Amino acid sequence: MNDAVGAHEAGAGTRAPGKPARVLARLQRLRTFGLLAAVLCLWQYVSTQVLDASTATLLPPPSAVVRGAWELIETGDLFRHLRDSLKRELVAFSWAILAVPLGLAMGWWKAVNEQVDVLVEVLRPIPPLAWIPLSILWFGIGDTQNQFIIFLGMFFPILLNTIAGVKNIEPNLIHAAQCLGADQRRILWRVVLRAAMPSIITGIRVGLGVGWMALVAAELVGANSGLGFLINDARTVLRTDYVIVGMITIGIVGLLIDRCIRVVGRLTMPWSRVLSA
Amino acid sequence: MSVLTAVNAGKTFPGHSAGDPPVCALKGVSFSVADKEFCAIVGHSGCGKTTLLSMMAGFEQPSEGEILLDDRPVGKPGWERTMIFQDYALFPWQTVEDNISFGLEMKNIKTADRRRIVREYVALVGLGGFERRYPHQLSGGMRQRVSIARALAVDPQVLLMDEPFAALDAQNRSLMQKEMVRIWERARKTCILVTHSIEEAITLSDRILVMTRRPGTIKADIRVDLPRPRPEDSSDVIALRRRIRGLIEEELERPG
Repeated sequence: MNDAVGAHEAGAGTRAPGKPARVLARLQRLRTFGLLAAVLCLWQYVSTQVLDASTATLLPPPSAVVRGAWELIETGDLFRHLRDSLKRELVAFSWAILAVPLGLAMGWWKAVNEQVDVLVEVLRPIPPLAWIPLSILWFGIGDTQNQFIIFLGMFFPILLNTIAGVKNIEPNLIHAAQCLGADQRRILWRVVLRAAMPSIITGIRVGLGVGWMALVAAELVGANSGLGFLINDARTVLRTDYVIVGMITIGIVGLLIDRCIRVVGRLTMPWSRVLSA
Repeated sequence: MSVLTAVNAGKTFPGHSAGDPPVCALKGVSFSVADKEFCAIVGHSGCGKTTLLSMMAGFEQPSEGEILLDDRPVGKPGWERTMIFQDYALFPWQTVEDNISFGLEMKNIKTADRRRIVREYVALVGLGGFERRYPHQLSGGMRQRVSIARALAVDPQVLLMDEPFAALDAQNRSLMQKEMVRIWERARKTCILVTHSIEEAITLSDRILVMTRRPGTIKADIRVDLPRPRPEDSSDVIALRRRIRGLIEEELERPG
């Protein structure tokens, strides 16, 4: 305890002349939010002062959105929908991760690539959303159908990035491992997988992003819960504040998922520069 | 004993696209490198010297003839013949010590022995204090030191080197050449060095094989009976350099 205080004092002593500069730096960082703040103020002004009451229902002011968010948090609805959405994303992801071994096999063995590539090339351009009608017939409305759509959104980015990761491995890394006595199994596990890992993580980032978008679309039409359902349901009762709260939540959570993957990638692969950008 | 022999070895590659004529890179290459001998192969680019090295490593199989290690054909790549690459080929996801340890793990050497051997080779190549660094945190010269330690740690019979110092700047290159002499004198192996640098070949080798243009064959087999270190400006080195340069220039002027 004493040490900490001492250290703090010593630090404060040396920092004292720089203090105004630090405050300034912090203010400058706030500057990046300038336009955002201006847009929010303008929005508030337009919604409350310019629009008449009936039109303002379609564009509630930020203050109303904050109130709406508070209501949804208090009742636990927001949390419940978020939990359902995240659960679907997670279940779909645990299936989509199968794209990694498939991608490794396709990148490594020509024979596998020959067979599977044609299938992939045909299926890949079909947007996940185009599967919604068929998947509703197959699985009905609910979790399984939603997870299927999300899975399709995640699968191909992970697969293609894994294949690219394997194909872009320096041939000399494989040669070096062979020279050092590694057999095929250990080359795959100890060299190919590791070397392709930055690319795989990139694929997972893209996949989770696409999956998150597909999730909302799937929930709009085929779910009884989740953030997509929340905004669509709020629309039917004209609670535009809830709609906007749902949209903002979707955006923030999508961003957080991406940040998490990046942090995990950087911690587990300090040697790679792919994720620092 | 680790004697590496090429018997009438040749390599023909299929043409780039269908219909192209096959390319004969090497033809009738025969030589024998004695146990613990340091042998350089020089020749101008495209003469097939790297192909020859790849065949010794087992990455490529000869189309004709054989490459033998102690009278047995070299098959697949393996730890008896390790290679040092121009681009180091270190595993970027592993630290210096894990890179050096890789081949030992593949040989299923016990953890305690592995640690001891890694320490030994870290010291030999002068990397003490850098064991926990990743390759991207090291300079080119230091990366090549890691690569040398990694190749030697598995105790190979033959050490193959493919333009090992070509990617370094001039100062580092001459430093690493001197270091290689020191390391080789302490960890004697049969060594094959492929290089386009005549100076490098003279600094390091007991013997220099000069190759012809494609299809590559052995043009001259020169023994370097000079004590190491070999100062660049000694009259013997200058004479030898002139002789080898003459042989290579003859090839350049020869109508292809």
